[in-house]
Amino acid sequence: MKRFSGLRILAEGLTGNAGWRPHWRDAAPAEAYDIVIVGGGGHGLATAYHLAETYGEARIAVVEKGWIGGGNVGRNTTVVRANYLLPANQRFYALSLRMWERFEQELNYNAMVSQRGILNLYHSDGQRDAYIRRGNAIRFSGADAEHLDRAALERMWPFFDYDNARFPIRGGLWQPRGGTVRHDAVAWGYARAASARGVDIVQNCEVTGFDIQGGRIAGLRTSRGAIGAGRVGICVAGHSSRVMEMAGMNLPVESHVLQAFVSEGLKPCIPGVIGFGAGHFYISQSDKGGLVFGGDLDGYNSYAQRGNLPMVEHVCAGGMALMPMIGRARLLRMWGGVMDMTMDGSPIIDRTPVEGLFFNGGWCYGGFKATPASGLVFAHLIATGTPHEAAADFRLDRFARGHLIDEAGSGPQPNLH
Amino acid sequence: MMIDHPILGPRDAEEFVYLGDACLMVRPDGMAADAAEAFATYLYARENPAGRHRELWFHEQGDQSWLIVTRCTRTHAIEKVELAQDAARAGVVGQ
Repeated sequence: MKRFSGLRILAEGLTGNAGWRPHWRDAAPAEAYDIVIVGGGGHGLATAYHLAETYGEARIAVVEKGWIGGGNVGRNTTVVRANYLLPANQRFYALSLRMWERFEQELNYNAMVSQRGILNLYHSDGQRDAYIRRGNAIRFSGADAEHLDRAALERMWPFFDYDNARFPIRGGLWQPRGGTVRHDAVAWGYARAASARGVDIVQNCEVTGFDIQGGRIAGLRTSRGAIGAGRVGICVAGHSSRVMEMAGMNLPVESHVLQAFVSEGLKPCIPGVIGFGAGHFYISQSDKGGLVFGGDLDGYNSYAQRGNLPMVEHVCAGGMALMPMIGRARLLRMWGGVMDMTMDGSPIIDRTPVEGLFFNGGWCYGGFKATPASGLVFAHLIATGTPHEAAADFRLDRFARGHLIDEAGSGPQPNLH
Repeated sequence: MMIDHPILGPRDAEEFVYLGDACLMVRPDGMAADAAEAFATYLYARENPAGRHRELWFHEQGDQSWLIVTRCTRTHAIEKVELAQDAARAGVVGQ
């Protein structure tokens, strides 16, 4: 793997840019591997990278149904943050945010990590108290949070509708270290780093079944033939239920559709990432100038990768209540992704009843920011057989035990998380 | 999506609240020996099919009826709509 550097860009520029090569090998599947990761999204690639780099494993493959970067890792709204209330979640996301901060140097890849900050607004006294409590919990975890009152907000975000009759803006919780990361580059960066460490990245290779012998995983059946495997890790996001059904498991998961939207390109006008506190709406501005925003799930089970129009109207109405200035921006494109929504809104990273088969999923709609830490802790689990300390609570049996990690407090109702 | 209500005719899905898989109508026996395990499965485990899905919708902004809608989760096409109480009386609530 040739390193990227300013000097190399200069040298390539002077020699006709003839020296650039594909960033990773498009491998054909071998007969067998020690470890096969199913799913070549951000989490799968990060897992493969950490297995090779951090845990010294060899003979690793990532099998991907489509192409690298074509799944949810290339379909999200690119926000990274660590602003959870519950310790089980916050411990994990604080680790992830620290890993984002060194992501580009570690992988020698420009992912446009932009710590522009994330602001969550409050609109009532009760919400203020809850946010301050959350801010304290965040600071206890080692991440950062600041309480901003209305006067402080008005200096940086003069365009909010502060005196909105229904949702007046009273203040917000500000996390300066949050921000955005270019999502495609995360997939490409991990693919390149994993490939350079000997990981086979096999694209257009759909898993059609598991070879389980005597309660132990022995391999996979795929659209490109059978592949032997000593251990298998599953990172397939919205399709978790479909894949794990092949291993005889019913997960505490429903698949839902979440839509996202991008406006036409505008001059820089929105600093940071902003979350509305009176409805589910959040927005940031990409480096190309488009306003990237999203909101609630459509609310019903779906694998369609597209949503319906009522949610488009609902999300845009939230945006208009918060910042009427965006009303004349035209919507350029919108899309839907399949989310594996768990019964408590928190992820699952655990062993399964099948020996050697490991599961990583249930990321709901918060999987992107988790990518680096998810890769590290899942690699830890596969390599050592024990959970990483930052993910020790994300067990599959927590539902039956009653140890739910229910950030929203809404119970086993996935469309409310 | 339009839901063809058995009594009221075609209604916008926006009038409804979605609950989930119709298997939620089959409540386990709380007095059975395996009740704890049965309730954990009932509360949390889902088939989550990609394709035909029987699911519960509540007509909140209408006649307050519970419907079982048979819908394709790949295309959102609705195949069949029935009153949940009719299905319960006929004993055909599970998947």
